[in-house]
Amino acid sequence: MDTRDTPEQAELRRAARQLARALAAGSVGELDDTVRAGRLAAAVRDAGWLELRDDGGDGTPLAGGEEAAIVADALAGAVADVAFSGPVLAGDLARRAGLPGAAGAVVAFAADLVGPAVVTGAAITAPCFAVDPDSAHADAALVLVGDRDADGHRLARVAVTGDAATAPGTDLTRAVIEIPPGAAVTEVSGQTRLLAADDLAQWSALGLALTTADLVGVMRGVLDVTVAYAAERKQYGVPVGSFQAVQHLLADAHCLMEGSLSVALHASWAVDNLAPADALEAGRVAKAYASRAARTVCETAIQVHGGIGNTWECIAHVYLRRALLSTQWFGDDGVQLRELAATRLGVRA
Amino acid sequence: MDYRDSPAEAEFRARLRAWLADHNPGLPASSTDDEYWARQAEWHTALYDAGFFGLSWPARYGGHDLPTVFDVILDEEMAAAGAPPRPSLGYLVQGISTHGSDAIKDRFLPGLINGTERWCQGFSEPDAGSDLASLRTTAVRDGDEFVIDGHKIWTSYSDVADWCILLARTDPDVPKHKGLSAFAVPMDQPGIEQRPLVMINGVTKEFGQVTFTGARVKAENMIGEPGEGWRLAMTIVSHEREPGELGYVARYAKTVKGMEHEVHADPGAFRPDQHEAVAWAHVQTEMLRLHVCRRLSERLDGVDHGPGGSIDKLLMTWVEQTVGSAALSVSGARSVVDTEDVALKTYLYSRAQSVMGGTSQIQKNIIATRILGLPTS
Repeated sequence: MDTRDTPEQAELRRAARQLARALAAGSVGELDDTVRAGRLAAAVRDAGWLELRDDGGDGTPLAGGEEAAIVADALAGAVADVAFSGPVLAGDLARRAGLPGAAGAVVAFAADLVGPAVVTGAAITAPCFAVDPDSAHADAALVLVGDRDADGHRLARVAVTGDAATAPGTDLTRAVIEIPPGAAVTEVSGQTRLLAADDLAQWSALGLALTTADLVGVMRGVLDVTVAYAAERKQYGVPVGSFQAVQHLLADAHCLMEGSLSVALHASWAVDNLAPADALEAGRVAKAYASRAARTVCETAIQVHGGIGNTWECIAHVYLRRALLSTQWFGDDGVQLRELAATRLGVRA
Repeated sequence: MDYRDSPAEAEFRARLRAWLADHNPGLPASSTDDEYWARQAEWHTALYDAGFFGLSWPARYGGHDLPTVFDVILDEEMAAAGAPPRPSLGYLVQGISTHGSDAIKDRFLPGLINGTERWCQGFSEPDAGSDLASLRTTAVRDGDEFVIDGHKIWTSYSDVADWCILLARTDPDVPKHKGLSAFAVPMDQPGIEQRPLVMINGVTKEFGQVTFTGARVKAENMIGEPGEGWRLAMTIVSHEREPGELGYVARYAKTVKGMEHEVHADPGAFRPDQHEAVAWAHVQTEMLRLHVCRRLSERLDGVDHGPGGSIDKLLMTWVEQTVGSAALSVSGARSVVDTEDVALKTYLYSRAQSVMGGTSQIQKNIIATRILGLPTS
C-alpha cells in the first residue's frame, strides 16, 4: 500500500493546478470575461483532459479514475468555469458501450441528477438535464434506452437546444441545461456492447469520485481565499484571524477538507481497481463525507468574510454554488447514506 | 496511488488473519469495560509472541522494522475479526526513541515493547492541564539521584505500571518551558501513592492520579538532556494525537460492526434516523481508516513529528463521538434503563476524546497558527 501520488500523478496535479490558477476567474467580475473563459476551455481541451476516460484503443480508458479526479480537484480549486466532469463521464459511458468516445456529448440526467435518464419510447417523456456540457459541443446528450430490469442498456442521443454559455444555473461555473419532454431520441451507431449493471455501477463510482474530488477542490480553494482574508482583514486594530473564535472555525474547516481528501483519493483509485459494488460503495462513503464537509466549509467561508461574504461580489458564494451542484450530482449525503443503509444494513425502501 | 497489498503485505495479512481466527481473546472494548484492562497484558503478550506487535519499531528493541503501513493492516484485520485493539504504546516508543540515549533505549524499549514492563505517563497535574509547561512537580538532584515531589493526574494505567515517564521541573530559574526534564521513574517505591479515578462511564482501571512524596529516581534514568523535557513531551503528545499510532480505527470499526450486525438482524425494528446514524458512523470510521492509510503512506519517507497530528486528532475525535452518538441512538431507551448498557458506556467514554491528549480547543489553536499561519492574538 502506498497512497501517495506517483511522480506522473504529482506532475499532473501540479500542472492542472497551475493551469487553473492562470486561466480561471480570480474574482466574480472576471466570470463575465468570455475571452478568458474561451482560453481556459481551449487549454483544457488541448491538454486532452476531456478524453481522459475515452477508449485508449483496447477498451480501457486513456487514464485512471485517479488522474481524472486529480484534474477535477484542481479545476474546482480555482472555481474554473470550464466543462470537465460532464464530457469525461460521457466519454466513460460511451467507452463502456464500445464507442471510441462521446463526440462532445454529455450525459442527460433524470430530474434528481442522481443517475442517467432512461427512456423507452421515441421521445423523452419527463424533463432531463445535461450537466456540465462543453459549450463548444453542447448539442447532444446521451440517455439510456430500455427497461431498468433489462439485460442491459443501449445509448441514444437527444438534442440539446439550450446554450451552455447563457444557461441560467445555480453553479456560476458549470451549466445545467434542461431538455424538455418531447425531445426526440435518436440512435447512436457503432455500439458493440450493452451497458450492464456492473458498467453502470463502475460509471456511477466514477461520477461519485469526480464529484467528490470537485468538492475537495472547492474546500481547498475557498479555504485559501478565506484564510488569506482573515489574516488581512482588521477589526479592533488586529487581524480577525487572530481571534480564537475565527481561528477555530477555520481549523475545523481545514480538518474537514483533509478528511475529505483522504476519502476522495480512495474513491478515485477504487473506480478501476475494485469490484464494481465495492467501487460504488467507496464512492458513496466519499461523497457522503465530502458533501457534508463542503457545505460546512463553504458556510464557514461566508461567515468569516462577514458582511462582504453575503454579497454577490465576494467569491465565496461561487465556491458554495459549485459545491451545491457537485453535491446534488450523483446524489447528496442523504442519498448516499440511504444507499449504504440498503447495502450494509439490509434496509429496504 | 495504490491501496492494494504488496506481496509482502498480503502474506502478512493472511498470516495475521489465520492467527486471529484462533487467538481472538473476545475481550470487550477498552473504553467500556474494566475486563479489557484486567486482561490487556495477556493480549499484549499474545500479540508480541506471535510477532504482531511493534511492527514499525526497530527490531533491535523487539520490533519488526516494517514500514508503518503494516499498522494499517493490523488495525484492519483486528477490526474485521472483532478483536480488541492493540495496546497504544507508540507514542511512548517514539518519545523514548527520539530523545533517549542509546543506554536508555537499550534499557527500556525492549520491556516496553514486549510487555514485560508496563508504563504510565506522568505529565498533567491538577493545576497544569492544557498549560502543561506550568507544571509544579519538582525533581531535585541528590547525589546520584533525583528526589521527586508533586501530584500527577489523568495518569492512565498507573495502577499496574512498573514505570512512569515523568515530566518534572529541574530548574526553577529559567522560563517555564526550559526548566523541565523527563525521567523513567520506578513506580514500586514508598514515596509513590496512586489512586484510581472513576470515569463517567464507570470504568475504573484507566485513569489514575499519583502523588510523589520524596520519591527517588536514579540520575541515569533521565531521558534526554536536562531541560529537554518539554521537547520530549511535545514529541509524545504529537504521536498521542495520531489514530495511526493509537490503533483506534479498530476500536471504532468494532463498535460500528456491532451496530450493523444488530440492525441488520431486524432492520424494521429501527427507525430511518437510526439507520442513517449507523450508516454515517460507518462513513466516519472509513474516513479515519483511509486517512490513516494516507498519513502512514506519507511516512514511508520518514517519521514526521509536526503539527499535522492535531488535524488527525480532531478527525479522530469527531469519529469517536459520531460512533458514540450512533451507539446511543441504536440503543434507544435501553441506555437509560440498563446502567450496564455498552452503548451508554461507549457514548459516555467518547466525550473524553475531545479532552485527552490535548483538548480540541488546543488542537484548533495549533492548526490555526502553525498550519494555517494565522496570527496569534
